[in-house]
Amino acid sequence: MAGSSPLIGVLALQGDVREHERVLDTLGVSHTQVRTPAELETVDGLIIPGGESTVIDKLTRIFAMRDPLRARISLGMPVFGTCAGLIMLSDRLSDATHDQQTLGGLDVTVRRNAFGSQVESFETTLRAPEVSTDPVEAAFIRAPIVEQVGADVRVLATLDDHRIVAVQQGNIVGISFHPEISGDLAFHRYFVGLVADTLAPAHA
Amino acid sequence: MKKMAKSKPEIGTDRVKRGLAEMLKGGVIMDVVTAEQAKIAEDAGAVAVMALERVPADIRAQGGVARMSDPDLIQGIIDTVSIPVMAKARIGHFVEAQILETLKVDYIDESEVLSPADYVNHIDKWQFTVPFVCGATNLGEALRRINEGAAMIRSKGEAGTGDVSEATKHIRKIKGEIRALSSMSEDELYVAAKELQAPFALVQEVARTGALPVVLFTAGGVATPAGAAMMMQLGADGVFVGSGIFKSGNPAERAAAIVKATTFYNDANAVADASRGLGEAMVGINVSDLPAPHRLSERGW
Repeated sequence: MAGSSPLIGVLALQGDVREHERVLDTLGVSHTQVRTPAELETVDGLIIPGGESTVIDKLTRIFAMRDPLRARISLGMPVFGTCAGLIMLSDRLSDATHDQQTLGGLDVTVRRNAFGSQVESFETTLRAPEVSTDPVEAAFIRAPIVEQVGADVRVLATLDDHRIVAVQQGNIVGISFHPEISGDLAFHRYFVGLVADTLAPAHA
Repeated sequence: MKKMAKSKPEIGTDRVKRGLAEMLKGGVIMDVVTAEQAKIAEDAGAVAVMALERVPADIRAQGGVARMSDPDLIQGIIDTVSIPVMAKARIGHFVEAQILETLKVDYIDESEVLSPADYVNHIDKWQFTVPFVCGATNLGEALRRINEGAAMIRSKGEAGTGDVSEATKHIRKIKGEIRALSSMSEDELYVAAKELQAPFALVQEVARTGALPVVLFTAGGVATPAGAAMMMQLGADGVFVGSGIFKSGNPAERAAAIVKATTFYNDANAVADASRGLGEAMVGINVSDLPAPHRLSERGW
């Protein structure tokens, strides 16, 4: 990684932006908020935070962020989405609201609010061997799950009942839960590693 | 010190209660009284809806005792939208709260907008799996509510008026008191806790972190994009809009405009664009014309 010091953007239209920034601070990684196409241009990788996916979707369209985001994602910019971020990165939703769109990128089908209302929201620990040797602390808050994955999608973590809650396809990582709420660093560290790899010289 | 992780899934923890409020940050929570209004709010970009029987402006105009809504109405709204649904219980009315929990609302607002059921005690919110949001006019009140288990705070403002001045007063007060605590030396915090009438441990935490331990929204009198943007610039994490939307000339457009202004609150051009052509705002009442007994923000102890 010599010489490469990635700048991570956090999409700051709505949601738990501050919690992601806190984790990045803890990891000592430079970060900046992204609300405009010009700000998107400056970053090496992007986090799409938790929030309300219907709202984040609308705001990306209202403020002309949808096409620039799709363009950067298709060019291979590393992206990490938690909860609403996973929804935004999935190609298909099984229960979208009538005009809801996603950015896409992950060849998966996602169900929103898959566990029910807030009273079913829970904390647990997960195994994600590719990401961390230690168990990962995970908060699921009105969380989605991945119902179907395409051939090129790697499953990074499941619940005990085998439901899929973390996936990766190329440089795109999407997870159902909120390590940024638990303060667990593993997934962010893993994502920062992906970003650093894209910046590393090809001959390295 | 890091809390040990659970190996078995656990519901109703502080983290998941406070966490949902974190997800709502930067958003607008809108009062709705029917499923149709809830749909309009969701389509306009509301981050959550607050289900209630009458908006505060009507409660104010019609008078009488204001209570929790009919469960059928709340259920109808839950069935209609996919965003979180909140509903109001009277201050201290723990049975209304139990009912709302069985209905599986996503958040309960223990609200001064309804007629209080207990003039001494608030609900013991630790007893519930569902999280609570409570109103506050100052830091001490906010910390008392958090001590009782509130997972989110909203500054009260004066609901149902369309007059933003009380909302301004309360968010400035809370933020100012937090700044004052941050500047105190450790040995001054004992007296500060006494004066705030708040638990010492929470006072100490706020002094150390410079922030409330939960999300802070603003409510009460926000009726325009500019009003919402002003609350955000004053440091709110998001806004509640009550009567301001469905008592205005063009609810769908006004709702969408307030959402835009809340996102781009620091960009005067964007707020100006959002403010164009919205038709009539709610007529409203000046808080200074309200006799003191009719000020809802004085409810809560």
